[in-house]
Amino acid sequence: MSATRVEVQVDGARLETTPGITVAAALLNANVLGFRTSVRGEPRAPLCGMGVCYECRVTIDGVAHQRACMRVVTPGMRVDTRHREDASPNQSSSATRNRVDVAVIGAGPAGIAAGTRAAESGARVVVIDEGLGPGGQIWRPRADSGASRAASPWIARLERSGAVIHRATAVVDVQRTATGFALRAESHDRTLSIESRAIVIATGARERFLPFPGWTLPNVFGVGGAQALLKSGTSVRGKRVVIAGSGPLLLPVAASLARAGAQVKVVAEQASRGQVVRFAAGLWRAPARVAQAISYRSAFLRTPYSTGMWIVRADGDTSVREVTLTDGRRARTVECDVLCAAFGLVPNTALASLIGCELRDGSVVVDERQETTVSGAYCAGEPTGIGGVDLALIEGEVAGLAAAGSPAKSRLTTRRASFGREARALDRAFALRPELKALAADDTILCRCEDVALGDIDRGWSPRQAKLYTRMGMGPCQGRICGGALECLAGWPADTKRPPIQPARLSTLGADVDVITQPNS
Amino acid sequence: MTAPRSSDAIVVGAGIVGAACAAALSRNGWRVTVLDKSFAASGTTAAGMGHLVAMDDSPEQLALTAYSERLWRELAPELDPRSELDRCGTLWIAEDESQLAALGAKHDAYAAAGVASEILDAVALAEAEPRLRAGLAGALLVTDDSVVYPPGAALRLLEIARAHGARVIEGREVTGFAPNGVLLRDGALHADVIVNAAGAFAAALTPGLPIVPRKGHLAITDRLPGFCHHQLVELGYLASAHVMTSESVAFNVQPRRTGQVLIGSSRELMGWDASINHHVLSRMLRRATDFLPALLSAPIIRCWTGFRPATPDKLPLIGRWEPTPGLWIAAGHEGLGITTSLATGQLIADEVSGRETAIAADVFSPMRATHAEHV
Repeated sequence: MSATRVEVQVDGARLETTPGITVAAALLNANVLGFRTSVRGEPRAPLCGMGVCYECRVTIDGVAHQRACMRVVTPGMRVDTRHREDASPNQSSSATRNRVDVAVIGAGPAGIAAGTRAAESGARVVVIDEGLGPGGQIWRPRADSGASRAASPWIARLERSGAVIHRATAVVDVQRTATGFALRAESHDRTLSIESRAIVIATGARERFLPFPGWTLPNVFGVGGAQALLKSGTSVRGKRVVIAGSGPLLLPVAASLARAGAQVKVVAEQASRGQVVRFAAGLWRAPARVAQAISYRSAFLRTPYSTGMWIVRADGDTSVREVTLTDGRRARTVECDVLCAAFGLVPNTALASLIGCELRDGSVVVDERQETTVSGAYCAGEPTGIGGVDLALIEGEVAGLAAAGSPAKSRLTTRRASFGREARALDRAFALRPELKALAADDTILCRCEDVALGDIDRGWSPRQAKLYTRMGMGPCQGRICGGALECLAGWPADTKRPPIQPARLSTLGADVDVITQPNS
Repeated sequence: MTAPRSSDAIVVGAGIVGAACAAALSRNGWRVTVLDKSFAASGTTAAGMGHLVAMDDSPEQLALTAYSERLWRELAPELDPRSELDRCGTLWIAEDESQLAALGAKHDAYAAAGVASEILDAVALAEAEPRLRAGLAGALLVTDDSVVYPPGAALRLLEIARAHGARVIEGREVTGFAPNGVLLRDGALHADVIVNAAGAFAAALTPGLPIVPRKGHLAITDRLPGFCHHQLVELGYLASAHVMTSESVAFNVQPRRTGQVLIGSSRELMGWDASINHHVLSRMLRRATDFLPALLSAPIIRCWTGFRPATPDKLPLIGRWEPTPGLWIAAGHEGLGITTSLATGQLIADEVSGRETAIAADVFSPMRATHAEHV
């Protein structure tokens, strides 16, 4: 029997909330607007909803800097939005060690397919995923009803395959060793050390954010970010929502929000009508997806879907209150409670770069068997180039088989070949208009972790120079948010990757490596 | 002053040592040009911890660091927020009674050099830093020791130099030296005085300089305001820094102005491989938790490495390089370049102007190693 309410403490006050939802959802539902206070003293709240931006950091049970979007509320949990730290919190430094054949990093569609295929081939497999359950972003389980219809068969098959699944566990470092790879991972209360012969990098993608005046206000989310927060238990019932950004995610997210009771006032796609129509025409090759698109559209039939319309700024005092949109000729202002603004997806390649995999145009280079330029390291799904769920599944299957040393299946490689075209069409259709690169004013924050504004940096600098001189990109998100923006705004490439690839407990990094790097006995 | 108004000086390297030389020379009336192959503060200065410490590995080192700390105190009003100056003091921590006994001699040596310090007993130490592990014997508090953000301080020194007429040219690589000149890819520049302040790269430009890269690792936490209040160093640090073994770690932690905790230190001799050595990094982190157990749960947001320009006798090379007319060396500062940058700049400015130096400078002559070979 699960309780219908769970009681937690927020800044010392009792809060009754829904069991199974994330701390971020609980705080948003309680109308907490400042999860943390920024370096310049601004209240900040979740942006990405999926563990990337570190804006939702709170103190949980005396441990500072916990991401509220990655933790589920538990009875009696103490949450503090002001920095608070116990003198000696949980100090466990013991690491559980595992030795396996294949370690799959990420349990979105690509990772699920890879883990399943590798384990079905008889390999010892672990699948490590930061999410609360397998699914990744596209198949993120709902706090109330669990896995989606599309995801369930795959997740069931993964669970039957014999693969060991580590949920809510982040891989923070990967080293190459004489016999393969050594991984370090951690959950909020556990450290994991894994040696594997092969790895499958299935780290998915994150959203691209572009800075505009007001983008740091609470209740400004990503588009996929809003979806993630919704699925994590955030209530949007009765909220007036503006969606402004780019890409095929806008429609399904608008549909989800509308079904959850939000009043979606505008969906503004920055790409022109011509571009979007040409892309949609291409979908006739995939009838199932057209049906899907029609169902999304019907969910918010009275909502204006405007192409060639983009955001100029957001305003509000403690939270976003209105959004200014333009079509380049006329600006209009729309009142809202929530703004969703993101501009396509960026492949998560940090882990691949860390171990030295070659990247081309921001994506991991792979061969026919999904093997990267690092022997034994395979990559599948969005890190090899944004291609969507169906391609990710096929790539995952190919990678899983190859990583387990099983022969390739020609059916998979044939199907994979047909997808390349669509990914390229997506890039063309939703190419960002140049006006978006000029949205930020001199006082607009670029780096939200360190509160570095556009006017603080000189575009003639190198990224490393900007980092050293202004602290830009030096915060806990490690440039995952501002880096994608600056790639667009200044043409700056991503900085070199070093461990940890995301913030990690000292005890995880300091765990004894002498044992785990020794060759297999 | 005897400042040679019309004379030119070229400083090679816009790290903190080059910046300090440029500031001191231009303040003394020299027309200074600073050249850097990359951008200002991009080398060892970018990677360092940024401590301003009095260090007593040798009497010469103590004299130099004490002098430089005086110069930092004089400069303090001219520093800007970007320099992140914090006079937090250093606690040299004694783990047991025998180390505690050694603190007395350290205190006396500092006093003789004009460096203020006081001995804390176990109780006073625990009060000063409650997160240190229980059972430590005591510490020596060096009150005037400070912390700066090295790139910020270097940029400020370059601004001061510019305000006195210096030019700073970035992205210009010097490939070698000629009598009273520097060689560039597309020609040469001449000046009365040339200063090789190329840090860890100085020996590549002046073959014969006994400088080797000594790699270090650092790790920094997310903001944990009030976690510790002083720079914390184990008394064994000097031994770790002194012995040129292939690998050593020592406990050295700093509170940063941002509220972050910066964790060092490691030393390795392994050439120019900048990659993280996981074995050394984890040893270093574990050493830090030996002293500060609460660090175990601290979030580390970044780790990096850097190269200290190390010399065999642990003293920097400051002075005239006799084989090349007009060439002066300001390099080889190992892990003390941030502290000793200002003293280096002032010694160079005084020496090239023919003025008496505030402390004995001949012990730092870069010729000392070559002379020794002839003995």
